[in-house]
Amino acid sequence: MNFIPLIGLEIHAELATQSKLFCSCPVAFAHQPNDLTCPVCLGLPGSLPVLNRRAVELAVRAILALGGEVNPLSSFARKNYFYPDTPKGYQITQHQYPLGWGGKVLVEGETHRQKVGIRRIHLEEDAAKLVHEGAGDGPLEQAQATLVDYNRSGVPLIEIVSEAEMETPEMAQGFLEEVKQILQYTGVSHGRMEQGSLRVDCNISLRPEASLSWGQRVELKNLASSRSLVRALHDEIKRQEGLLRAQEPVLPETRHWDERREISVALRGKETESEYRYLPEADLPPLLLERSWIAQIEANLPQLPGARRRRLTEQYGLSRYAARVLADSRSLADFYEETVANDVDAKLAANWIMGELMHQVKERRTTFCQLPFAPAALARLLSMTADGTISSAVTKKVLDRMCKEDIDPVEWVETKNLTQITDQETLSVVVDRILKENRAAVESFRQGKSKALDRLVGKVMQATHGRAKPRLVHVLLRKGLARTIDEHE
Amino acid sequence: MTLPELFQLSLHEAGQGLRRQEFSVVELARSYEGRIEETEPHLGSFIALAEPSLSHQAQSLGPSTGQKHSWLWGIPGGIKDNICTSALPTTCASLSLEGFVPPYTATVVSRLEQAGYLCAGKTNLDEFAMGSSTETSAFGPTVNPWDSSRVPGGSSGGSAAAVASGQVAFALGSDTGGSIRQPAAFCGVVGLKPTYGLLSRYGLIAYASSLDQVGIFTRTVYDAALVLQELAAHDAKDATSSRRPLVRYAEASPYDLQGVRIGVPEECFGLSIQPEVSDVVRAAIRALAEAGAHIELCSLPHLPHALAVYRVIAAAEASSNLARFDGVAYGQQGHGDTVGTMIRSGRSTFIGDEVKRRILLGTLLLQRGEGSSRYEHAQRVRTLICRDYERAFSRFDVLACPTTPTVALESGQWADDTCGLGEADLFTAPVNLAGLPAISVPCGLSGALPVGLQLIAPAHKEKRLLGVARAYEECQPFDGNRRGPLYGRRR
Repeated sequence: MNFIPLIGLEIHAELATQSKLFCSCPVAFAHQPNDLTCPVCLGLPGSLPVLNRRAVELAVRAILALGGEVNPLSSFARKNYFYPDTPKGYQITQHQYPLGWGGKVLVEGETHRQKVGIRRIHLEEDAAKLVHEGAGDGPLEQAQATLVDYNRSGVPLIEIVSEAEMETPEMAQGFLEEVKQILQYTGVSHGRMEQGSLRVDCNISLRPEASLSWGQRVELKNLASSRSLVRALHDEIKRQEGLLRAQEPVLPETRHWDERREISVALRGKETESEYRYLPEADLPPLLLERSWIAQIEANLPQLPGARRRRLTEQYGLSRYAARVLADSRSLADFYEETVANDVDAKLAANWIMGELMHQVKERRTTFCQLPFAPAALARLLSMTADGTISSAVTKKVLDRMCKEDIDPVEWVETKNLTQITDQETLSVVVDRILKENRAAVESFRQGKSKALDRLVGKVMQATHGRAKPRLVHVLLRKGLARTIDEHE
Repeated sequence: MTLPELFQLSLHEAGQGLRRQEFSVVELARSYEGRIEETEPHLGSFIALAEPSLSHQAQSLGPSTGQKHSWLWGIPGGIKDNICTSALPTTCASLSLEGFVPPYTATVVSRLEQAGYLCAGKTNLDEFAMGSSTETSAFGPTVNPWDSSRVPGGSSGGSAAAVASGQVAFALGSDTGGSIRQPAAFCGVVGLKPTYGLLSRYGLIAYASSLDQVGIFTRTVYDAALVLQELAAHDAKDATSSRRPLVRYAEASPYDLQGVRIGVPEECFGLSIQPEVSDVVRAAIRALAEAGAHIELCSLPHLPHALAVYRVIAAAEASSNLARFDGVAYGQQGHGDTVGTMIRSGRSTFIGDEVKRRILLGTLLLQRGEGSSRYEHAQRVRTLICRDYERAFSRFDVLACPTTPTVALESGQWADDTCGLGEADLFTAPVNLAGLPAISVPCGLSGALPVGLQLIAPAHKEKRLLGVARAYEECQPFDGNRRGPLYGRRR
C-alpha cells in the first residue's frame, strides 16, 4: 500500500524592527544576556504592552507579499501556559482575528511546481530563550541548569501557517525557501535560520493512497535548517509508514528533531486549543487599520523573487538556473541589473557575477552591497573584456584588485599596461622563446601528449603577465610546434 | 470653637492654607504624622509607611512659591499597595509579592510626585484586590474607623480608612467591581471611579484588565476633582489610555440642578437592599429633587445578570493576570526539583485561599468545551448591559442609586463569601462592565454608620458627574456626623 504525506508548515519570522513588539527595548542578536530588557518584556506586574507600529507595517507587508488579505480589524489574544520562557504566564498573540488571512506562494523547482496555500498570518511576541547549561552535545535531560535570556522576550514575530497540502519534503523545503526569500526581498525579516530569526515547525500526516480521510497529524519541532526539515520529514514519513503498515496507531504528538542523532523523539502529547485558554488581550485595543495605509504599503512593495526571476530570463535571456542564482537576493539582482544597464552583454555579466565575483564575495565574507565598487565600474571592466582589450586572465586579476580597493578598471588597465597583446609579431617572439626554453614539453607534445600544449600556453601567459590573447597564443604555439616537429623529423 | 487640626482640613482647604502661608508644609506634614501615629496601631490602614517620613519629605520640598503650585503640593496621600512605587515595596497584600520593590513607578504616582505630593505610605487591600472587606490581606485586616468591629469595605479598604480617619488627605485606590465606591460608602468618604481609560493603568497590578480602573478617595467632591485634574492625561505607556483633550475638572462648579434629569434604576431598590440604607438614599434623592432636579425611575433590564457576568469576567481575566506570580520571580520562593513542582509549591503556599479560588474558577471559565467558553458568553451579556446604560443615558444626565445594599458589615462575615458571591458589588460592578464613571458620596447615616449615594454618568462625563455630586454636597449642609472618625479620638 502506498501512502501520501500531507505536510503543513508553521513559519515564525522575526520582524526586522529596531525595537520589540510591545516595548522600546532594542532587538539585537548576540548581545549580553538580559541586557535588552525592561519591565514590559520581563512581564513585571503592572507593566502594559504598547504596540509597535513598525512591526504592524512589516507584518502587513508580509501578508501582501505572500498574496494574503489584510484584516482591517484584527485583535490580540492571550495564549496562557506556564513555561519559564514566558514571564507573564501567557504569550500575546492573535487568535480569532489575525492580521492576515489566505495567500498563495508559487513553489518552483527542478522537479516540482505547485501553488501552496497560506491559511493565516498573525503577529505575536517571541518568548525568551532558554539556555541549557552543562548538557554539551548530549540530550537535554543531562543539562545541569537552564538559564533564561529575556533579550528575545517580546521580539516581534509573524507566524505564517500554510495549508497542509504539500506532499513531499522537497516541496516543503521549496515553500520554506520561497517564503524566506519573499520576506528578505520585502525587508520584513532577515530570515536567518542559523540565528533563529526564521524558525519552522511542521505537521505531517499520512493517508493511504486510496483513502480520502486524513491521517493523524504529528508535529515536528526544532528544525534548525531547511536541510533538517527535509531529513526530519523523510524520517517521519518512514516512521509513520512503518506504524501504519504494522497497523499500529500514529499518536497525536509533538516530536523533537534531534539534529545530532537524526531521529525524532516524542516530546509531549499535542495541546488542544482549550488548554491554552485563549482570551482577548484587554490591555491592547483592537487593531484598526486604515485602508489607505494598507494600499500605500502595497504600492511600495518591491518586485518579488518569482517575478524577478521571470524578468531575468525574459529580459536578458538568462537560463532558469542563472535567474535563480542571480535573484537569490534583492541586492544581488539589483547589482546584476545595474551592471547590465551600463551596456554590457547580459550573459557575460551573468557569468562573471555568478562566477568570479560571487566567489570573491564569499571569500571576503561580504555582500554585494558592501563591495567597494559600483556596478558601473564592473560594467567598464567587462566592456574591455568583451571587446578584447583585456584577456579573461587580466579581467580576473583586475576584478580581484577592485574587490580590495577602490580603483577605476580602465585607468588601472592603462597605467599598468594590461591590454591584451594581439599583435602577431610581438607574440611570435615570445612563443619562439618559450618553445626553445621548454624542450621537454615540446618533446612530450611530439609524443602525442596534448596536455603539454596547455602547459606551454600557461608559460606564454605567464611571460606576458596574462596579456596575451589566448586564442592567438594557441594558434602560434601550434604553428611553432609543427615547425619544430618538422625540423626534428 | 477650637481651630481644627490641620489634618482635619480638606485637601482644598489645606492647599489654600499653604498658598496663603497660614502654615507650612512641614507643619501640615507633622499634623498628619501625629494622626497616623495615633490611629494606625488601631486601624491598620497601611501595609508600609513611607520612608523618609512625611515631615522629611516636606522639608525637601523647599519653600513655597505661592500660587504656582499644584493643589497637591505638600499634601499627604496614600497609595493602594497594588500600585507600583519604586521607593516602597508593592505587595498586593500577598505573600507571593512580599518584598517586591518594582524597578519603576506607576504613571499615576509619577504624576502625583511631579505635583509635589507627600507619600504617607502604601495602603492595605484585599489580597490582589479580590474581596470586599480588606480581610483577605496577607498582612492583617484594616478596621472601619467608624466602628472597629466592622470592616472598612474593600478591596481598597486601607485607602478609605486612611482618608476617613485623617491619616491622609486623599488616597489612590483601584476599582474593578466597586473596590473604591464600596469602601468609600462604608467609611463615609468620597470615592471616584473614572471612566475606563481616563487614568493610566501603567503600574497598577492587574486583577481584571478590562474592568480595572485607578480611582480617588477624598473627603469632598471638590478634592476628588483636584486630584483627578492632576492625574487625567493620556499615557503613552497604556494602550487603553484615553486620547481625549484634557478637561479642567477643577472647574467643575456645582451644577444648578434645575432641570437636570436624574434617573433612578428601579432594579436597585429591589430585593437585597437593607431598608435603612434604602431610606437614607431615598432621602438623598428627594433632596436632589428639592434642589430642582428632575427625578424619574428608569430601568436597566439586564442589571440582575450583571453580578454573574462580572464574576465570570473578573475571575477569567484574573486567572491569566496572576499566572506570572509563579513563586519563582517574586516574593517567597517555591521549592521543587522541576519547574512544575516549583511553580506548584510557590502558588500553593504563597497565594491566599480567596485568590486561589478565583484563579481556579477563572481557569475553568476560560476552557472551551464544545463551542464558546463561559467567558465568551459573559462578554455577550456584558454588551447588553452596556446597551441598557446607553438607553438610560439617552433620557437622563446622570443615574442615582445606592452605592451598596448595606452599611459596613461586621468583621468576619466575608469569611464564607467565596469568589465574591456576596452582593456587596451589586450596584457597583455593572458600572465597571460598562466602563462608566461613578462616584460614591456620603449621604447620611444609618444608625451610626455612613451610607453612600452612587451617581453614574456617561463615559467621559466626569465634569458633569462631579458637578452634580458637588451640588448634592451643597444641598446637604455640612454635618459633623458625616465625618465622624475625622474628629474623633480613637475609640
